[in-house]
Amino acid sequence: MGAGLLEVQHLALRFGGITALAGVDLSIAEGETLAVIGPNGSGKTSLMNCITGLYRPTAGSIRLRGESLLGLSPDAVTARGVARTFQNLRLFQHMTVLDNLLLGRHLHFRRRLVDAFVRRRGEEIRHRERCEEIIEFLDLEPWRDQRVVGCAYGVQKRVELGRALCTEPKLLLLDEPVSGLTAEEKEEVSYWIHEARGRFGVTVLLVEHDLRVAARLASRMVVMDRGEKLTEGPPAEVQKHPGVVRAYLGDQ
Amino acid sequence: MDLVETYREELRFVRKPIPRALLLLLLLALLLLPWWGPRAWLSRGSLVWLFAIGVIGQNLLIGYAGLVSFGQAGFLAVGAYTFGHLRIAGVPFPLALAAAGGAAGLVGWLVGFPSLRLKGPYLAIATLGFGTATYQIFANVEKLSGGRQGLGIPALEPLFGLSRDVYVYLVYYLIFLLFTGAAYNLVSSYVGRSLVAVRDSDIAAEAMGVNLTRTKLLAFGISSFYTGVHGALMAQYLGHLEPQSFNIAESLNFFVAVIVGGLASVEGSVMGAAFTVLVPALFGDFRWAVPVLFGAAILGVLIFEPLGLSGIWLKARLYFRMWPFR
Ligand SMILES: Nc1ncnc2c1ncn2[C@@H]1O[C@H](COP(=O)(O)OP(=O)(O)OP(=O)(O)O)[C@@H](O)[C@H]1O
Ligand SMILES: [Mg+2]
Repeated sequence: MGAGLLEVQHLALRFGGITALAGVDLSIAEGETLAVIGPNGSGKTSLMNCITGLYRPTAGSIRLRGESLLGLSPDAVTARGVARTFQNLRLFQHMTVLDNLLLGRHLHFRRRLVDAFVRRRGEEIRHRERCEEIIEFLDLEPWRDQRVVGCAYGVQKRVELGRALCTEPKLLLLDEPVSGLTAEEKEEVSYWIHEARGRFGVTVLLVEHDLRVAARLASRMVVMDRGEKLTEGPPAEVQKHPGVVRAYLGDQ
Repeated sequence: MDLVETYREELRFVRKPIPRALLLLLLLALLLLPWWGPRAWLSRGSLVWLFAIGVIGQNLLIGYAGLVSFGQAGFLAVGAYTFGHLRIAGVPFPLALAAAGGAAGLVGWLVGFPSLRLKGPYLAIATLGFGTATYQIFANVEKLSGGRQGLGIPALEPLFGLSRDVYVYLVYYLIFLLFTGAAYNLVSSYVGRSLVAVRDSDIAAEAMGVNLTRTKLLAFGISSFYTGVHGALMAQYLGHLEPQSFNIAESLNFFVAVIVGGLASVEGSVMGAAFTVLVPALFGDFRWAVPVLFGAAILGVLIFEPLGLSGIWLKARLYFRMWPFR
């Protein structure tokens, strides 16, 4: 296998007696969309948390374009071009939608304290333009100046996607981006994820419970079960795997 | 008609002409207070201006960054004594003031380190410990506190032929304007945004590339700088320093001002400072009732108007913007 954008090898993570990840190997090529599926508690979110520096893996390696991400703090991982969304939304509740997006630009600001004190706002305006692009892309115009707390769940999900895109990531990690949405909203979000690949050139790692959405978006799927990789391959094949059938439909 | 044509316009401090004119008028009236107000208002006014600076500092920390500190009296003491000793050594007022802010800011930055690990009540206790320790140090080390007779600070010599109280009022007012303006700029900048982000969700803030260590230490540093300047101005105002001025009760006053004024609001901080300075003055012989009033005010705010005076002010402005419609 040629060196991909992200290479994860033998990744293990234990919490006391619980084994969240038991030696997972994973590779994502530039430009591809990889879906990670698996039953509850199989370690999908843990995998994502390890990549973004939120959890310290017990063993294994994580490399982005050959450079190790191990031991970096989450903000340093983001600065290397990895952005994410969270399974249970983590937005800045008391800020407007626009301010949430501007935080996505935080690491691109030339952060000079003096500028902040004397109200020099050139940077602000430059980055505002990028945020407006994302606002237009995700149809967020009506909510731009509203506080996030007041927005509907579907809108909040969208803001989180937008905020991640604002960081201009190479690799975008999405933790169940359509969970809790209506059928119509699921359609829209699937469309945006697909479009984002072309328009912003992101590589996507998608964790998803909804098999239909996952199969439609991803070119390749990884199935996790109890912290291990059960199988991987093209969606059509993976869905026929007996372990997957058992995990999703129960023993019959 | 309210049309915003450029992003820059939206970032202006006060965007619309009428509020801007009203604000200028208010600021001008306060500047000219010595020439139209009663004499007694001058010292009260100076006290409000200096206290407001410290309250803004405290609000940057709790209101914006969500970091609770009960150790404000400690930073206050560091600022006041740095200033006092420098003034006695003959350092001019502006330099001593800057040094006081710097010293307190540095100490604040150091005290911020526990905030990287501790949250909520644990951080409150750690900072309370710092405040108490600082008080004990100043109370027991005579070299620092000037021993039994305290520390006498040389008075500010008035310039331009002004009388001393007018001069002090004007100097304090201008310093207040400088620090308040800087605070407004700060909270509406990328720094303010990252502070609020850390408060709302530190995990998400980090995921957006906000460095938690740097941001929290910065919050402590800037906040304590403000508190140190407050301490220095207070030292100059009193002309005399004793460790008793920096006990726990002093830290609590900041809390009253921030909560009553409104969390995460600069104008709220100023209103809160005015409240805690001016209201007790109305009590005259009934000073014992002041803590009761403060307690009641905090309860009232928490129950009826969580945004404090700034919340009431916001609603009033909205009312007039909509007027005559409701
Ligand atoms: N911070 C933590 N402390 C202790 N155990 C944890 C922690 N995070 C995850 N785990 C455990 O690790 C295992 C994997 O959890 P994880 O959240 O990664 O699963 P998941 O595949 O994302 O599940 P879901 O589909 O429900 O989101 C679970 O047994 C969980 O209890
Ligand atoms: Mg999960």
